This record gives sequence, structure tokens and C-alpha cells, in this order.
Amino acid sequence: MKHRTFFWFFLPTALAMLVFIAAPIVSVVTQSFFLPHEAVLIETENCGPFGCNTSITIDQEATAELWEEAPLGRFAGFDIYLDRGHLATAEIGQAWTTSESWSEFWSIVFNLPFYRALAFTLTYTFVCTPALIALGFAIAVAVNSLHRHLRGLMIFFSLLPMIVTPLVGSLILFWMIDARGVLGNFIQYLADDPDLSLKASTPLMWISLIVYGIWSSAPFAFVVFYAGLQTVPQDTLESSMIDGATRWQQIRYVTIPHLMPLVTFVALIQLMDNFRVFEPIIGFTAAAHATSLSWIIFNDLGGETRQLSAAATTSVLTILGVAILLSPVLIRTWRDFRGRPA
Amino acid sequence: MSSIAQRKPLGLRIGLNLFIVVWLIMAAFPFVWTVWGSFKVELDFFSIADWTNAIFGRNTEATYGTPFTGAGYFGAWVQEEFWRNAINTTIVCLFVVATSLTIGTLGAYALSRSGFKYVFWLLILALIFRAMPPITLVSGYLPVFFDWNVWGYLPTSIIVLVAINQPFTLWMLHSFFESIPKELDESAKVDGCTQFQAFRRVIIPVMWPGVITTGLFSFLLAYNDFAVTTMVLSESNRTMIPAINAFMGTTQTEGNVMFAVAAVVSATVPLFIMVLFFQRQIVSGLTAGAVKG
Repeated sequence: MKHRTFFWFFLPTALAMLVFIAAPIVSVVTQSFFLPHEAVLIETENCGPFGCNTSITIDQEATAELWEEAPLGRFAGFDIYLDRGHLATAEIGQAWTTSESWSEFWSIVFNLPFYRALAFTLTYTFVCTPALIALGFAIAVAVNSLHRHLRGLMIFFSLLPMIVTPLVGSLILFWMIDARGVLGNFIQYLADDPDLSLKASTPLMWISLIVYGIWSSAPFAFVVFYAGLQTVPQDTLESSMIDGATRWQQIRYVTIPHLMPLVTFVALIQLMDNFRVFEPIIGFTAAAHATSLSWIIFNDLGGETRQLSAAATTSVLTILGVAILLSPVLIRTWRDFRGRPA
Repeated sequence: MSSIAQRKPLGLRIGLNLFIVVWLIMAAFPFVWTVWGSFKVELDFFSIADWTNAIFGRNTEATYGTPFTGAGYFGAWVQEEFWRNAINTTIVCLFVVATSLTIGTLGAYALSRSGFKYVFWLLILALIFRAMPPITLVSGYLPVFFDWNVWGYLPTSIIVLVAINQPFTLWMLHSFFESIPKELDESAKVDGCTQFQAFRRVIIPVMWPGVITTGLFSFLLAYNDFAVTTMVLSESNRTMIPAINAFMGTTQTEGNVMFAVAAVVSATVPLFIMVLFFQRQIVSGLTAGAVKG
């Protein structure tokens, strides 16, 4: 295909991605260095028969003029990155000098909004991903041993938690684990504590969110591994059996190595998706106990005061996080590419 | 799998089947429970006194005379005008799927038929874009949308969703077009077709399985999106998922949780039907990326 033909074929999709993905990234990075202008205030003194009182009003014209002069706002450099809502270097420095023990230091750090969110996001990502891979693999092995007619039915029901809208899925689970819901009741009965509420306790909330994450993503791992199991070389399995491998050894030394590329694939996709965890926090109304980076951005953007600069800064930090997560994969791809004969 | 050597001992068989039953309950029970409960009153759905009320609907019977009631659905669809949101969702999904498939097919076809090195870099770039959480882009959209007065309208959200959809669509369709033999369109070109004619007359007739699979995932992305549509659409143009979230805020104070439950069940029905009819395509779509990648 000629370069010219390629260009015309690729133009529409390239335009869409340039205008709505690449350009916004540039805009987000720019915004993260600028603060909005402060409104110009005028103090006027009104004197009447009962004395004088001063009133402060916003000088709309002067404010508009400021925006006209510098449409991006006041240049703030890295100030927004370092403020209390983000990296909070000053607060951490202070905590470092004043706190007497490690636990005190960490408790101060994890009360800062950014680090609180980062702690949950990372815990969620790195607990959910291995757990859902393990569960997905177990389901795949179990379903693979079923009769042919039952497998389709199992796949149908297994797909549901993954296909359903994340917000809807989390609401469905949330209503069940509510203290008045069926699972919440059951847990109270098991713990023998009628006042137990998942909503009131931070560790329990984290656990429920992680359980939701595993529940909603294990089907994906299951389907991919199940497809992989269909291609396990039967000859190798048979020869391992002749060599006296037990059932477990067959899985350990034949099946798992065969599925390894798929594990990498699922891990990559799930790391990307779990890092953006957001909907379950809304669905579980868990913001008091657990926040994520995406949730902070959403929270800054919503409401009456749209704090665009703060949201942009968190966005840039999140993108950096994604880049760090992806870097091993990218480096490997780059090596493969360079090693390939041109 | 019928040889005696592979026959499993009884204990293992029981263990495996037990595990499958447990997973089946985990996967399906929440949906069954919520659908059943959506026809009850709130006191039954959240039954603090006796959990069997949720099954038999004693309070519902006391209120309405029957153990089932459509009050939640009436409240959501008629009183809170959920049908408007449903129409908005239909429009958004329809146009997102159509547009992103049109431009995605052209782009992915070009990627699969061009042997140049930049193809690799374009695919890597698409992968990076795919990894970007969509919410991080929103603060880039908002100031521009406000300036141009396009914030809040359905077409805006459609274009944004199409763009966010492109990286994934490109990857999926690219691997699909790779599996269509290049000889097909090359022979058409030998016979005097231009590249586009070859695409139109030779490739389009055989591409539908891959396009349908990709379309299903585009639909899912548009249908399931919460972060972008909440931020980009105004209150009167909301799609179903942001509307459900808004329900949670307003109805809980009024004690109408059942409206939200009914809306949630209504929003699940199209997905349920989709899995029912397109299970094979969804599975093949999920595994296509894995086997190729």
C-alpha cells in the first residue's frame, strides 16, 4: 500500500484520536501549570446617616480583562503539583520532622488526599489482579472438565458480572451487602454482631471493593484461559502422563507454561483497568473510606466549582502512574521490535 | 477426554463440581436476587426484620394485595422519566457504534495492509491511548467545550466516545484483517481495482464477523460509560448510567430506592439479551486479542 493511500484510509481515525485524545493530553498538562485568575475585588465605602460600612464587590470588567490578557490563567509552575491536594511536599516534610515514630509519619501521610487515594488504588490494583487471574484459572480448569453441553451455560452465566455496567454491578452488590440486604444480614449472623455494617468500617469497605473487583473481572480471565486450555498440546500431556506426572504436575508443568503468554496478556489489561478503579467507589458510596486517583479527578471536576487545574494536575500524575505500570511491557516490545530483522 | 487414564477420581470430581456451583451462585445469584427484589416494596427488598420477606414479599402483599408490584418500574420510567434517558442511550450507542466502526474499519484495514514500520508505532501509540483512563482527558475537554458552547449535547458525547473507542477498535480490527489473506485484495488490484475499490468489493463482503464482534465491544463501551457522559452531558441530556447515579442522590432522600433498583434492572436487560444472542462473538472477541497479542 502506498503512503498516500494509507494516509487517506487512516486519516479519519487519526483525526479523531489526535483531536480528542492527544490534544486533550497536551491541554491537561498545560492546565496543570496554571491557576485561574483571582477575581479583582473593589472595596467601596458607603457612608450613610448611621456611619460607614465597606462592601467588597467583584470588578467584573477588570477580571475579564485579566482573562483576556492571559487566557490560561496565572502561571504557577509546579506549585499545584506540590500543594496539599497533590504531592504535599511541605506537609510531608513537616510530618517527617515532627513525627516520632514511623506509624505516626505514615498515618499523617495517608491522611493527605493524594496519598490516601494512591494507597487504595495501588492496593486494589495489586490485590485484584493476581487474585482474579488465580480465580479465573481455577474456573477455566473446572469448566473445562465439565460435559460439553454444560460448558456453554457456564460461560453464559460467568460472562454476566463482566458484561454488566460497572456502576450497575457495584450497585447490585452494594444493595446486597447493605446492613439491611441479604448478604449484609448473613454476615451479621455469621459474625454474631447485629450492628456490624460494612459501610462503617474502612477495612471491610476495602475488602468489599476488592471482592467486587475480583467478581467483575475474573470472568475475563476465565474466558481467555478457557480458550487457551482448548489449545493445550494433548501429546505433551500424554507423554507427561506416561512419565508418571500426577494431575497437579500436569497442570504445573504443562498447562501453566502453555498459558503463560495469556497470563501476561490478562495481567497487562487488568493492571490498566484496575488502576482506573472508579465506578465501584461511587456505587458503594465508599468515598469516606476509600478513594482512588480517578475518583479525585471526578470529584474535582464535578460540583459547582469545577477545579480544572487541580483535576488536570491529578490527571497528569495518574497518566504518569499508568506510564510506570506499562513501562516494562513497552520496554519489552521495544526490545522485541529492535531484535526483529527489518 | 474419554481415556481411562484421564478419568478423574470421585473426590476430585465432587470438588470440581462443588467449586463450579459456588462460582455459578456467585456470578448469577446477585442478578436473580435483584430482579426478584425489584418487584417488591423497599421494606421487602431491604428486609431487616426477616430476610424471607424478600422472597415471599409479605410487605408488598400487605401494601398492594399481591406479592409482586411494578411500582418501582412505574416510578422510574413514568414518574422520573427514565424513558428519556433510555432514548438518549439508544441514540448515543447507535451513533458511536456506527461511526467508530466506519472510521475504525478504514484505519485498521490500512494498518493491516501497509508493511511500513510506522504501523508498529501507530499500534503502540494506540495501546498507550487505550491505557489512558478516560477521566484524565475530561479536564482537557471541559474548557474548550464551554468556550465553544458545545457542552451538554449528545453529539459532543458521541464524538468523544468514538475517539476514546478508536484505539481498542483499531487493535481488534487490525488483528482481524490480518487473518484475511492479502491475496484476496491483491488479486483485485491486479485486475485493475484501486485500493479503495478492492476494499469495497472484496474485503467488505467478508469482514462482517470481525466487524460485528468489534461492534459489540464498541456498544459495551458506549453503553457502560459513566465518567465521560456524566461530565460532558447536561442534566436534560443524560444517558441511563449517569441518570441512575443521579437517582441514587435524589431518590434516597425521598425513600424511593426502589426506583433506582428498577432502573438498574432495566439497564441490565439489554446487556443480558446481548450476551444471550452474541455469546460466541463476545468470547471470540475477548480471546482474539489474547491469541494474537
